[in-house]
Amino acid sequence: MSKKILPLVLGAAMGVAATTAASATTLEDVKAKGFIQCGVSQGLPGFSNPDAQGNWTGLDVDLCRAMAAAVFGDASAVKFTPLSAKERFTALQSGEVDVLSRNTTWTMSRDTKLGLNFAGVNYYDGQGFMVRKDLGVTSALELSGASVCTNTGTTTELNVADYFRANNMPYEIVAFEKADEVVAAYDAGRCDVYTTDASGLYAQRLKLTNPGDHMVLSEIISKEPLGPVVRQGDDEWFNVAKWTLNAMINAEELGVSSANVDDMKSSDNPSIKRMLGVEGAYGEGIGLSNDWAYNVIKNVGNYEESFNANVGPDTPLGISRGVNALWSDGGFLYAPPVR
Amino acid sequence: MAKTETFQIRTEEAPLLPAPVSTTGLIGWMRQNLFSSISNTVLTVIGVIIAYWIIAPFVQFAFIDAIWTGEDRKACLPPEGSEGEHMGACWAYVKAYFPQFIYGRYPTDEIWRVNIVYVLFALLLVPLAMPSMPLKKLNSILFLGVFPIVAFVLLTGGNISISSYTWIFVALIAAVGVAIAAILSVAGGRDFNGVKPVLIGFVGTAVVLAIILGFVSANLGLSTVDTPVWGGLLVTLVIAVTGIVASLPLGIALALGRRSTMPIVRLVSVIFIEFWRGVPLITVLFMSSVMLPLFLPEGVTFDKLLRVLIGVTLFSAAYMAEVVRGGLQAIPKGQYEGAMALGLRFWPMMYLIILPQALKLVIPGIVNTFIGLFKDTTLVLIVGMFDLLGQIQSSFTDPTWSTPTQGHTGYLFAAMVFFVFCFGMSRYSIYMERRLHTGHKR
Repeated sequence: MSKKILPLVLGAAMGVAATTAASATTLEDVKAKGFIQCGVSQGLPGFSNPDAQGNWTGLDVDLCRAMAAAVFGDASAVKFTPLSAKERFTALQSGEVDVLSRNTTWTMSRDTKLGLNFAGVNYYDGQGFMVRKDLGVTSALELSGASVCTNTGTTTELNVADYFRANNMPYEIVAFEKADEVVAAYDAGRCDVYTTDASGLYAQRLKLTNPGDHMVLSEIISKEPLGPVVRQGDDEWFNVAKWTLNAMINAEELGVSSANVDDMKSSDNPSIKRMLGVEGAYGEGIGLSNDWAYNVIKNVGNYEESFNANVGPDTPLGISRGVNALWSDGGFLYAPPVR
Repeated sequence: MAKTETFQIRTEEAPLLPAPVSTTGLIGWMRQNLFSSISNTVLTVIGVIIAYWIIAPFVQFAFIDAIWTGEDRKACLPPEGSEGEHMGACWAYVKAYFPQFIYGRYPTDEIWRVNIVYVLFALLLVPLAMPSMPLKKLNSILFLGVFPIVAFVLLTGGNISISSYTWIFVALIAAVGVAIAAILSVAGGRDFNGVKPVLIGFVGTAVVLAIILGFVSANLGLSTVDTPVWGGLLVTLVIAVTGIVASLPLGIALALGRRSTMPIVRLVSVIFIEFWRGVPLITVLFMSSVMLPLFLPEGVTFDKLLRVLIGVTLFSAAYMAEVVRGGLQAIPKGQYEGAMALGLRFWPMMYLIILPQALKLVIPGIVNTFIGLFKDTTLVLIVGMFDLLGQIQSSFTDPTWSTPTQGHTGYLFAAMVFFVFCFGMSRYSIYMERRLHTGHKR
């Protein structure tokens, strides 16, 4: 296969020539090439993970599919690029992906220094604790003197240190390099507590011998708002990402789902009419057709449908809505109205 | 006095007695090799115990307690209420994921294309590797020249858009050849036969390039499959085989360059080798995928697999160069002088006398580098590509198969596949060493 390199080199040289021509806005580029290039994780259960058939599924994946539905009316007009944590921002900056929907925490430094814009929050995560039920602990404040399993050298470890110090509790860290090792150690009883992001706790719980014997405590000790990211300075595309997410949240709030969206078109509620493009021309404002939100809901569904299908109580992960419920249900999800 | 002496002279051979039971067969072998002394006996017993400790749980896990069929994680979960003491490998999960481990996320409808590449690869490699098979030259041309292009078109779908600059470049090569030939014949006073090699070289290259370009740019009705969806064993093999086949000639050239008496050639070779040997492969991959895009103008992207292929090839070429240089240094000066005394110029000398001896000496080193390269392909995971191991690790994140034994099973499968390939390479290298031994056999 030695000469295999040659056609590849040539192919790339030509690819370079082909892509340099396009330097319009992202939305125009996307429309021209006919699909959205979406950066996802290399596998995070429930958020972006490939299934046995090789299809990407998850909450983050649904957002990209929703954007494709908004732009093209076709949720399958999206290609996924799995990215490691280290290369994700470069891939977005260099234009390798159009949107990064990869459980990325919205922080100030990322938002301001990297030339990126966070289009919103599609999952409020945070670091939590998992313990054995027979330990009889109901609150993280009762964990004084506990040994805590975690990954080495991550912010997780620092958060635990801060939390235990702030509450004046002695503790012992049992740290491992890989998540699999941490789970195995916790399962073998080498520590009392397992800590990582709450969504990760639910995913790792499935790898325990008896998942039912363990519970995730309600305390959350860090803020990890996860959301889709786009390049800074391209407001049109930024708006598409932002309003796709808003449409999914608004649809849930207004009771519009993929099942009833066609009936809802004839609803009397002006909010629903505006969102579905029956009234007004709100799609024009973001450079899309007026039924953009209808396409999102019809093809992908509202936020609740996406949540329940990927991470909700009926999935193996079994995550409850918690703070990711709508503001009207006591959660944090709140989308500006279509008006 | 007559001395009566009786001589017994045997007229037929004594019947062959069977060897004592204690020296033949299994018992004899054991007495000789395992229980020949007290200390050996003790060591044998300890060895058996350790082997049992290791093998018994392995067999228990991989076979006896293993679960072979199932639809999802429920099949592989320990029974309700048990402490998980009898949890075996979840082969049902490997079965469900098997296509992905072999093809990655290559579209299911197009998998036949990968299969054709696999079959072609085997059909061309096996006769090439067997010394008794005829038509080695044709086979090599097919394997090294035609197969890569066919594989490229089959795997990517071909139909690549080629800019007009590329065609102009190809035409330019041919034009340069004609121009040089013209200058030589006019100014240098050579006749047609004198400029023929130049013409053949340049124009031939241009024609071959044009054929290749024409083929990869032709629309053969195959749908395009982008490299990000390649994965599993496919990516492992593409990277390893490209790296292995391309790094050997490059490494030989570099090794010769480093021993050259021409200062610039030597300097360039030394700098190249020391640079690529001085940086870890993981850095090379990382630079190619994270730094390179930042240097390119915005919107310009390079295929990630291509970046990895170039990085891996250059990296292993540097190692190969040093291995080959070791072989070159082992050839006595007399061989060079003898070759020169026969009137051989540099390339015939190398091709006919030096390299056959040098390469034969360093077969173990070369294969060592190959095996190292094969296993290093797993590093591409850090740039977001899924080789076999990466694909297996990525499958761990599928909640439908999450079980306590999922990780162990996946890694066990990865180990088996890697072992088969590496052991195969190792055995073949031993076979070649035996075949080629001339005066160096122990």
